[in-house]
Amino acid sequence: MFESLSDRFDGIFGRLKGKGRLSQGDVEDAMREIRVALLEADVNFTVVRDFVERVKIRCLGSDIAQSLTPGQQVIKVVNEELKAILGGETLKITFAASPPTVILMAGLQGSGKTTSSVKLARWFKSQGRNPLLVGADLQRPAAVEQLRTLADRIDVPVYSDSIGPLAVVQRGLEQAKTLGRDVLIVDTAGRLAVDTELMDEIASISDAIEPDYTFLVIDAMTGQDAVNTAEIFHGTLELDGIILTKLDGDARGGAALSVKEVVGRPIAFASTGENLEDFDQFHPERMAERILGMGDILTLIEKAEEVFEKEEAEVAAQRLLDGTFTLDDFVDQLRQVRKMGNLSGLMAMMPGIPKEMKNAEIDERDVNRVEAIVLAMTPSERVEPALIDSSRRARIARGSGTSTAQVSNLLNQFKEMRKMMKGMAGFGTKKTAKSRKDKKSKKGKKGPGGGRVQAKPAVAAPKFDIGKLDLTLPGLDKNS
Amino acid sequence: MVLDQGLPEPPAESPLSELGEIVVPLEELVDEELELGEIVVPLEELVDEEPQASEDALEQQVEDSVNKKSFGSRLAKAKSAMSGYVTSIRNSEVNESIWEQLEEALILADVGMAATSSVLDRLKKTAKDEKITKGPELLEALKAQMKSDLDVDRTLELNCEGIPVWLFVGVNGVGKTTTIGKLGQSLAIQGHSVVMAAGDTFRAAAAEQLETWADRCGAHFVRGQEGADPSSVIFDAIISAEKRDADVVLADTAGRLQNKVNLMEELAKVRRVADRKPGSVAEVFLVIDATTGQNGLTQAREFALSVDVTGVVLTKLDGSAKGGIVFAIEKEMGLPVKLVGLGEGIDDLVPFESEEFVETLFSN
Repeated sequence: MFESLSDRFDGIFGRLKGKGRLSQGDVEDAMREIRVALLEADVNFTVVRDFVERVKIRCLGSDIAQSLTPGQQVIKVVNEELKAILGGETLKITFAASPPTVILMAGLQGSGKTTSSVKLARWFKSQGRNPLLVGADLQRPAAVEQLRTLADRIDVPVYSDSIGPLAVVQRGLEQAKTLGRDVLIVDTAGRLAVDTELMDEIASISDAIEPDYTFLVIDAMTGQDAVNTAEIFHGTLELDGIILTKLDGDARGGAALSVKEVVGRPIAFASTGENLEDFDQFHPERMAERILGMGDILTLIEKAEEVFEKEEAEVAAQRLLDGTFTLDDFVDQLRQVRKMGNLSGLMAMMPGIPKEMKNAEIDERDVNRVEAIVLAMTPSERVEPALIDSSRRARIARGSGTSTAQVSNLLNQFKEMRKMMKGMAGFGTKKTAKSRKDKKSKKGKKGPGGGRVQAKPAVAAPKFDIGKLDLTLPGLDKNS
Repeated sequence: MVLDQGLPEPPAESPLSELGEIVVPLEELVDEELELGEIVVPLEELVDEEPQASEDALEQQVEDSVNKKSFGSRLAKAKSAMSGYVTSIRNSEVNESIWEQLEEALILADVGMAATSSVLDRLKKTAKDEKITKGPELLEALKAQMKSDLDVDRTLELNCEGIPVWLFVGVNGVGKTTTIGKLGQSLAIQGHSVVMAAGDTFRAAAAEQLETWADRCGAHFVRGQEGADPSSVIFDAIISAEKRDADVVLADTAGRLQNKVNLMEELAKVRRVADRKPGSVAEVFLVIDATTGQNGLTQAREFALSVDVTGVVLTKLDGSAKGGIVFAIEKEMGLPVKLVGLGEGIDDLVPFESEEFVETLFSN
């Protein structure tokens, strides 16, 4: 439903071609659009006002860089300013000299504290720590039960008892010391910022355990009120950071920006899915692009990188380039991509995809159908689709519950793709081959510099595969 | 009576049974500003006027809860989003700055850009036509306009062929389970027999949470294994409701973000199965957190597409005194807000009252 901000700017500045400097009027027009975009993204009203003022001053002063259109120029300034607000760096957790490192989770009802507590515990575990969870939400029925069930899945112990939240937390701290757990994560009951009684309660909990980190958990869908909530929690507890949840939804998450601006504490972690591993440190630069509606290509690439088994992806990429990519590989890739989330969500994250295509319903059933067709083939047919004659085609259609036309369609698309990839092979083979060699020879530990360089080609492979998927998704070809 | 907007007849032992819902000619009850021929008055307004009808203890309990929980007074503890603006607007003439202030105030209440623009465009026309020059008059005109925009039917539907099913849907963490718990209590007080279906088979301990509520209000409770098919759990609850001759099935579902295609399809299936005999889906409530911003509109749109939502429950309104997004939802989607959550207590779920809602939005 949102037109991307860059599209709108391109419209506004279309007539400016060849001008060397933005006029006052041009900038005013752009600022109106920015204001609407930010408000639609739930950025707080006062934050928007100050922000637009700052951007305006910078835009009026600057010459337009040769390589950029005026629209891009403004986007660049806006993007830089947004990133500056969101906080340039990810929060670095330093651990307490005498363990445990104590973390207090606070927030409104339903913001996702319990789930985030467990996800955070998992994150610490992945960093080689031994967390203990404390269930101090004795208010909501079965909240502790929920905490225990989730914690079981990641094999992290939970302490709780029905002796009142303050006592639970104090004993939890003792438990952590006795058991030698080095991180203590305290899940608390949801409370409204206006509820002074409950705010006093959490203040006394905080006083009792003196947390090293206090995180406010905020739902990415929150509207203008996020600022008030954050201010009051900050006033009561002195926050160290924000945990932003439900970012896998389609909310723009402007509240995040407002909170960061008003409270001056970074967004430390973001939760991006219902699985316990969908949780990581926050990357402000990507959020800026999301708020502006510019897609989230960086996150997409990284997500792809995580999900694709690296070796597998490399083998598949190599086969693509060699032209020996089979239908089996193809279905494998489809499944991998699906692991990253539903396809429409993925498409929405990619900039540069035409709007019609983004809005097109990508029916998961189409993907299922492709899978069914391929699975109805014999192994040799999957490797060499040229074997498939009309009688085989009819058999495959029957076996997969599709029509022969659908089978032919898929085969044609696959053929085209293979042809195209073969054509591209000249460009990529060398690099890929080199990266594979690198990988093999440098498997052991290396200096940080070497590791970074090495990582790059590995990113390239999955990106390549996603591009390929767009070419072949049934149902999409008509729209593109 | 808290929730008795259009419920079918309560059991005979209730002294209110002969009242139910009464169609009253306009002139007897409402001030003449409204231009309706006749309106359906919820029971509670009549109860207040006819206290002699009450002798039964149950009745007393219900009436207490009505008196105690007046919508506006319950919101008082939260500062109105607009209080600062309202004072300033009251003290100014109609000029460019007053329009800017109104715009800011509405946006701060999460009404949203588009809805705010349309509200103010119409108000500008009214101001011009009626030559409004003073701030207070303009504010009154705005209130009147918003009230008339929100003047829709909010009756809760229990009349249908078969066992009525009320389905609760929404994104994660909005308060679906808690809403069912509170609603079950209200219905139980009114003498209805309630079956609760733990259709949230995904979230850890969601069934236990609902079971606690069911125990509190004596509702029959049906659950499945964690990870079970929610449709089958709800269908089992309907069968069980038929056996016990229950009045309504309150069906919980797992929270889901509206952009998850698979989960939305699962929900559509839940609705189809719940609508199978002997069940009949009488209401589909979209539960929305009052602190939700512009994404609330997307939620309403997507859930309406998947499961044909019949009404909205606005939760946690005591925290913000805002919920301006429901204005956009009612205006754009035509989805009536039917219930409002005002706190954590079991009797903190009340019918939505648009007049009070608008008044509270602009109180200072």
